[in-house]
Amino acid sequence: MANLNINIGKLQLKNPVMTASGTFGYGTEYSDFIDISRIGGIIVKGTTLRERQGNPYPRMAETPSGMLNAVGLQNKGVEYFINNIYPTVKDINTNIIVNLSGSTLEDYIEAAEMLNELDFIPGIELNISCPNVKEGGMAFGTSCLSAAQVVKAVRRVYKNDLMVKLSPNVTSISEIALAVEAEGADSVSLINTLLGMAINSEKRQPILSTITGGLSGPAIKPVALCMVWQVAQAVKIPVIGLGGIMNAADAIEFMLAGASAVQIGTANFIDPTVTIKVIDGIDDYLNRHGYKSVTEIIGALEI
Amino acid sequence: MLDLIIKKNVTLSDQYALLILTSPDKLPEMLPGQFAEVRVDGSSTVFLRRAISIHYVDYETNELWLLIQVVGDGTKRLAELKSGEIVNLLLPLGNSFSLPADKDARILLIGGGVGVAPLLFLGDYLKKIGFEVNYLLGARKKADLLQLCEFERFGNVYTTTEDGSHGEPGFVTRHSLLNGANFDFIYTCGPTPMMKAVASYAAKTKTNCEVSLENTMACGIGACLCCVTDTTEGHLCICTEGPVFNITKLKWQI
Repeated sequence: MANLNINIGKLQLKNPVMTASGTFGYGTEYSDFIDISRIGGIIVKGTTLRERQGNPYPRMAETPSGMLNAVGLQNKGVEYFINNIYPTVKDINTNIIVNLSGSTLEDYIEAAEMLNELDFIPGIELNISCPNVKEGGMAFGTSCLSAAQVVKAVRRVYKNDLMVKLSPNVTSISEIALAVEAEGADSVSLINTLLGMAINSEKRQPILSTITGGLSGPAIKPVALCMVWQVAQAVKIPVIGLGGIMNAADAIEFMLAGASAVQIGTANFIDPTVTIKVIDGIDDYLNRHGYKSVTEIIGALEI
Repeated sequence: MLDLIIKKNVTLSDQYALLILTSPDKLPEMLPGQFAEVRVDGSSTVFLRRAISIHYVDYETNELWLLIQVVGDGTKRLAELKSGEIVNLLLPLGNSFSLPADKDARILLIGGGVGVAPLLFLGDYLKKIGFEVNYLLGARKKADLLQLCEFERFGNVYTTTEDGSHGEPGFVTRHSLLNGANFDFIYTCGPTPMMKAVASYAAKTKTNCEVSLENTMACGIGACLCCVTDTTEGHLCICTEGPVFNITKLKWQI
């Protein structure tokens, strides 16, 4: 058995496999299928200061090797999380990280202050990249100035680990990564979904209620891999790679490209046990190649 | 998550197939109204699982029946499965139909098209616990009335076809069985316009009514929030809070 432990910013992970926000509920949805405490970290679904009903339906379109979603951050708000979800997830023996989104700077700050008080939430993932809400979300993550502004403001009130999730829908993701690093982000996770669209030609209508949505799944993996590679070259803080990871080989590719850890998202919908398979597969890979620790493969791409 | 083996694939018509699945192990307990998320292997265009109603379960022969309507590449691939092939499923998922409190309740199960699927299992279940079951099944034409012999095992079967080739002509809601308020509990599954018409009849006659909804799904377990429907409690997932809803909970204009 190789050593799978890895530190990401202020987080200590038992292995580099996490779940992507919005694809794993609060974790407990999957506990019928797997021992969720084996996962390195669970990023719970996007949470906002106040309850959101999300977008009208249809919210999903299947696409070649992937899917578009337009859920629009449906959630019951941070107070509901603290009162109703936190008590049930706080004792799960893994890192429970809250994905935090907002429409205004003030919303982000107020919610971050509340989450800062929770002893068993070791970090938040700041979502400045959701493509499915009109106000805020991605708007913060598509310019260096606004990305820096929101990270700076949250950093001031949030003392635990601050991971910032980046949007691929930008000209240079590396510049955004550098901007959030400069304001005190502990790590960056990328990529969020790519903006996409699906049309029903018979009806001459868009399939999604919001017309456009976020593309995920293996269709986006090459794009994600490239961006992880670029960002890992640019920043000093750890990079968490995600985008279309379906198996251990995909996860290892991200790590070779420079990711210190990975997140698994859409694959959970097809195989609810995939996270465990990826953890075991990474271990197997390390053993086969004679590595003693998973840290040895981070950025180990031979060029 | 479990792997089942195709015991038999019965072609019902060019559009419909009946998959009979089995396992060396005992099938899990399932309830009428629940569904399975079926993985589609061997297709380059299909990425997600397909949500399919549980049509019937026979615990004695250890068989699970799924009724498949070919609507796209995924269901086409499922309808082509051959005996001996392995299929991966998540099941049972979702809630189930509720039972009438009154043992003498007059019950009607209304199905349209492939929506008849969950009603076979429900009829079997209701009959076993002592209810008299009435089926009202509708389709475009005689050939689309599926599994009639099977439905007759569990209840009285009334039919309608749009072209008049079997039973009374027209839509199910025009059937003479519905002249007046003759039932205490109606269960329905089928095309949305049909279910809305049934719900409207139920509302007018003050009949308790449950509908089984469908929607495109990704996870099937309440994680992705893609399959919601609008209810009196806000957006609820069809996969976990449904697929069965009482019409009083839905925001249908009926």
